[in-house]
Amino acid sequence: MEILLAAVVVLDSTLRLATPLILAALAGLFSERSGIIDIGLEGKMLGAAFAAGCVAAVTGSAWVGLTAAIAASVLLALLHGYACITHRGNQVVSGLAINILVSGLTAFLAVAWFAQGGRTPQLPDSARFLSMEWPGADVLDAVPIVGVVYGELLSGHNVIVYLTWLAVPAVALALYRTRFGLRLRAVGENPFAVDTAGVSVSGVRYRALVCAGVLCGLAGAYLALAQSAGFLRDMTAGKGYIALAALIFGNWRPVPAMLACLLFGCLDAVSIRLQGASLPGLGEVPVQLVQALPYVLTVVLLAGFVGRGVAPKAIGVPYTKEG
Amino acid sequence: MSVTAPDPVSGLPRWSVLGLLPGLNLLAAFAACGLIVLLAGEHPWQAVQVLVGGAFGSAEAVGYTLFYATSFIFTGLAVAVAFQCGLFNIGGEGQALIGGLGVALVCLHLDFLPFLLLLPVAIAAAALFGAAWAFVPAVLQARRGSHIVITTIMFNFIATSIMVYLLVNVMSPAGSMQPETRAFAEHARLPYVHEVAGALGWELPSSPLNVSLILALLCCAGVWLFVWHTRAGYRTRVVGANPAAAVFGGISPGAQVVVAMTLSGALAGCMSLNELMGVQHRLVLEFTGGFGFVGIAVALMGRGHPAGIVPAAVLFGALYQGGAELAFEIPAITRDMVVVIQGLVILFAGALEYMFVPALRPFLVRRAVD
Repeated sequence: MEILLAAVVVLDSTLRLATPLILAALAGLFSERSGIIDIGLEGKMLGAAFAAGCVAAVTGSAWVGLTAAIAASVLLALLHGYACITHRGNQVVSGLAINILVSGLTAFLAVAWFAQGGRTPQLPDSARFLSMEWPGADVLDAVPIVGVVYGELLSGHNVIVYLTWLAVPAVALALYRTRFGLRLRAVGENPFAVDTAGVSVSGVRYRALVCAGVLCGLAGAYLALAQSAGFLRDMTAGKGYIALAALIFGNWRPVPAMLACLLFGCLDAVSIRLQGASLPGLGEVPVQLVQALPYVLTVVLLAGFVGRGVAPKAIGVPYTKEG
Repeated sequence: MSVTAPDPVSGLPRWSVLGLLPGLNLLAAFAACGLIVLLAGEHPWQAVQVLVGGAFGSAEAVGYTLFYATSFIFTGLAVAVAFQCGLFNIGGEGQALIGGLGVALVCLHLDFLPFLLLLPVAIAAAALFGAAWAFVPAVLQARRGSHIVITTIMFNFIATSIMVYLLVNVMSPAGSMQPETRAFAEHARLPYVHEVAGALGWELPSSPLNVSLILALLCCAGVWLFVWHTRAGYRTRVVGANPAAAVFGGISPGAQVVVAMTLSGALAGCMSLNELMGVQHRLVLEFTGGFGFVGIAVALMGRGHPAGIVPAAVLFGALYQGGAELAFEIPAITRDMVVVIQGLVILFAGALEYMFVPALRPFLVRRAVD
């Protein structure tokens, strides 16, 4: 029973930790499947978290904060598009520029506007997304296993977590079952064919980036409005890169990418639980090395030692219309 | 994709490509920065005055500026060498960290050697450890086709985890809670420039500027010689310019990728000499301070050439030193401003490099025809 309880606790925090990763990985899925490398997930998330923190603090509404987060993130995505699609700039350089710019700008503006050492004011509960208890959780609590699973795992998350659960099938549907999804995938594999069919390559790519912006906005809002009570300096702490790793690990597909995010979230949850603990037979587990596992796994996968990652064919290549 | 984009600057006069466009891009970056200062409710011009005064106003300030510039020359050269081969090495940060591990191991465990023997060993260790950390992504790119940008990013995080683990669990002295090693012996430290100058009878105020600046300038000369005056450097540039042509000319792109990346990693690793042997005198966490990423801005601004990288590194050194002064004088403008400028420079001089070309082309080309 105790082991079950510990497992549920780890799974529960896995879900919480994986939520921003899943959202960001789905965002990266849109840009990268359309042929645009998206190193800038980190920056978009951080910018969104900052906008969410600022606006929620000023207006006192989590929903207005969420809207601001999405707007900020979409603007950054459009900047990426302006550099990479309109001016055919280097996509890696542009993404990196956005990450560095946002990391500096958010900390700078937070100090200049709020003078609290680089954070936005602490948000009251009314301006945050709080966990929602499902009906009947307290009644079922007495039932073994079912009660724990229902009460701890399914119930008791905030609205963005549930939105994320919906987002995965929605993105998969959009990608594989809609005209836009077909064009998006085609543009990432063979933009010339799409152009010949009379569809604007730039148009599809811009729309893909806007979708990525919206999802990163959700991820950023989750960090600032749900996980914490406000924006903190560099609060994404590399989550954008882990999401990118998960996207690659999931072979640029929605469901495998989500599973990779859950795996990486689980590693994170386990390493938090293992902090300072010592396992029988193993001694103290080096937490830092557990935290490095997502990166190591991604490198191993990329090297093709386990399976083979197949990137979209036209990724990273700016499209030049002929004639 | 066999179709390559046409050169956006073809037909433009050389002076405009080398002078006007980079100048305009830089101007755009600083103009955007001025707007951001306005957003924070401060006066941009006043900020510039404090910044320039803080960076160049006294001999001590210049010493600090050049101290930062030393690190940026190393990381800038590292990015530039990889660029010449068409590679984007984002891993400077991790390579510098692991290079620092090499320096610390030598300075802690071989300090029975006299300074003159210890120094070359430490330099070799910095270069070797940094090169080794770049070697793995390079081989994975050359042999297995894994994208070097992604692998070097991952290697940055892996390096950080390893260093935290080593400093917390292995290398910190027993009983110490600080994640750092014991201090290096007196003779395992690089002499400061003001000490050297003092010994020669020239009084300079003290600053962290140390003799690794000389090594940085030697590396500039070395990179210039390698890239433009050796066969290996030529092959590197051919692979960077056109891998298909390189194969046709009997050059193996994979081998050049490995050569360029290990050299790049070695240069990034040498940055740790300035920080650890020069100033910290021990191995500390996060001594790289994001300077690996500054190297990207420096290399882009210096257009991948040592003659451009040195002034670009001094400019960023001035921004770091002047930025510290600025944060002191005008508390609303923190040092994060420098990171903002860095991002804007990478954006305008890198990703939006050709933004002004369509607008300028009619003027430039007509004049050339006249």
